[in-house]
Amino acid sequence: MRRFSWFNATSLTLGFAFLYLPMVILVIYSFNASKLVTVWAGFSTKWYAELIRNEAFLDAAWVTLRVAVFSSTLATILGTMAAYVLVRANRFPGRTLFSGMIYAPLVMPEVITGLSLLLLFIGIGLDRGVLTIVLAHTTFSMCYVSVVVSSRLTSFDKSLEEAAQDLGCSPFDAFRLVTLPIIAPAVISGWLLAFTLSLDDLVIASFAAGPSSTTLPIKIFSAVRLGVSPEINALSTIMIAIVTVGVISASLISKRAAVRQEAETRNAERG
Amino acid sequence: MRRLILIAVPYLWLLALFLVPFLIVLKISLSDIALSIPPYTPQLDLSEGWAGFRAFLSGLDFENFAFLTTDDLYWKAYLSSLQIALLSTVMTLLCGFPIAYGIARAPHEWRPTLLMLVILPFWTSFLIRVYAWMGILNTEGLLNQFLLFLGVISEPLTILNTNTAVYIGIVYTYLPFMILPIYAALEKMDESLLEAAEDLGCSRVSAFWLVTVPLSKSGIVAGCFLVFIPALGEFVIPSLLGGSQTLMIGKVLWEEFFSNRDWPVASAVAIVLLLILIVPIILFQRNQQLQREAEG
Repeated sequence: MRRFSWFNATSLTLGFAFLYLPMVILVIYSFNASKLVTVWAGFSTKWYAELIRNEAFLDAAWVTLRVAVFSSTLATILGTMAAYVLVRANRFPGRTLFSGMIYAPLVMPEVITGLSLLLLFIGIGLDRGVLTIVLAHTTFSMCYVSVVVSSRLTSFDKSLEEAAQDLGCSPFDAFRLVTLPIIAPAVISGWLLAFTLSLDDLVIASFAAGPSSTTLPIKIFSAVRLGVSPEINALSTIMIAIVTVGVISASLISKRAAVRQEAETRNAERG
Repeated sequence: MRRLILIAVPYLWLLALFLVPFLIVLKISLSDIALSIPPYTPQLDLSEGWAGFRAFLSGLDFENFAFLTTDDLYWKAYLSSLQIALLSTVMTLLCGFPIAYGIARAPHEWRPTLLMLVILPFWTSFLIRVYAWMGILNTEGLLNQFLLFLGVISEPLTILNTNTAVYIGIVYTYLPFMILPIYAALEKMDESLLEAAEDLGCSRVSAFWLVTVPLSKSGIVAGCFLVFIPALGEFVIPSLLGGSQTLMIGKVLWEEFFSNRDWPVASAVAIVLLLILIVPIILFQRNQQLQREAEG
């Protein structure tokens, strides 16, 4: 084993300082009493109180949450189906086009995805609103879900599924009773990924949203364009806190599941 | 039957919401701007049958693409996007490699925590991470206050609303994309190869260049593409951190569409951007495939 040198320690310290300092500063300044974001004037939570009273932000948060729940759920269903098709169905007409359409949105610049969807919605006369944002978000996040799920499906033993079918399961039951429980962690992380992608998205939502359906990122972007504001700092702090708690608890849960699985395998082997 | 539904549902969804919209962009890029709603001609009128389709085809031309070459703004924007994306990819590599290397060298029990610390910012809103820099890079911002306090500078620097701020923003937001693939490659490396190189007379530095770097090449290449491709079409970073002189094609497209309402030119800008991206995307796919083959 090679030594963990002072060079490694320095680069990690500097690297993580670079990654985290901006966010730490943002959080600290959200508790600043002064309206001027660069001058410290004592501790205060007044910006949080103002934020709660700001109806425009609350409305936008509600729209964002609804869009994220609907689009990530739809994307998980469609993405899991697509992953299953990609991994299990080897031959059907247009398979190359299908896998191309799964991978292309991952590398497509957001401005182009947004522009093209907007032109479609106008072309078919669909009024822009929550529905169009959900459609747009579902389309790009289902591709992320299918990449996550298909990597799990590839590593999974196909003979388990075949055994279930030999024992009298219909293909659908075999999927529901055998495959789904095994790929469940990937499906859940796919859902989480789709959910955060939807919460985060500014560019595609700006194209797909109508005047009556402003999402939180759109609202933040238009506020931030005018400059730094303590209210946005407070809002950002809340969002950072939610994500941090979410990611840490998700990793603890998966760690515990891994430990439990290991224990079960050991017990089974001891038999 | 079930198999058919399983294939058809995601297939039709992607056809309707990915391929068709893209074809519409292609069509509008070949159309002319008009003072109507929607603001372009010709419209495809299927009720007139074949004659309508022919009239539609004859109305298409490459005028918008020709227009892109006549106005300085566009090719300058493409060039400066390429330059910004390329330079910031190199800078991200220079920052990311030592971090990935440090994680790969760290004691085993630290690694999951360190990796989580790299992934955590990725889950945090992109917009917020860019916004965080606005308060730091300001003329009255913390960076200037700090540098003034140290006495390094006597007058505050203008960093926000310049290209420098855009570089900082890109390096900061895309750093996790660089660290993770490089770490994945370094982690798989066999440590005994380095010992062998040193036993055979390599210095530690030359062992690094002759063994570690070539063996982590696939991760470096993947990381570079994962930064370069999205950075090229970036919109949020140049519009929040960049200034009026920052030209990036994502921003130009956005303004062409929302401010000038010139849909045909915006579509042509999008098509050219995609043509530029095709080469790196194909190279990236090939790299991923080679990597999979090497592992499988």
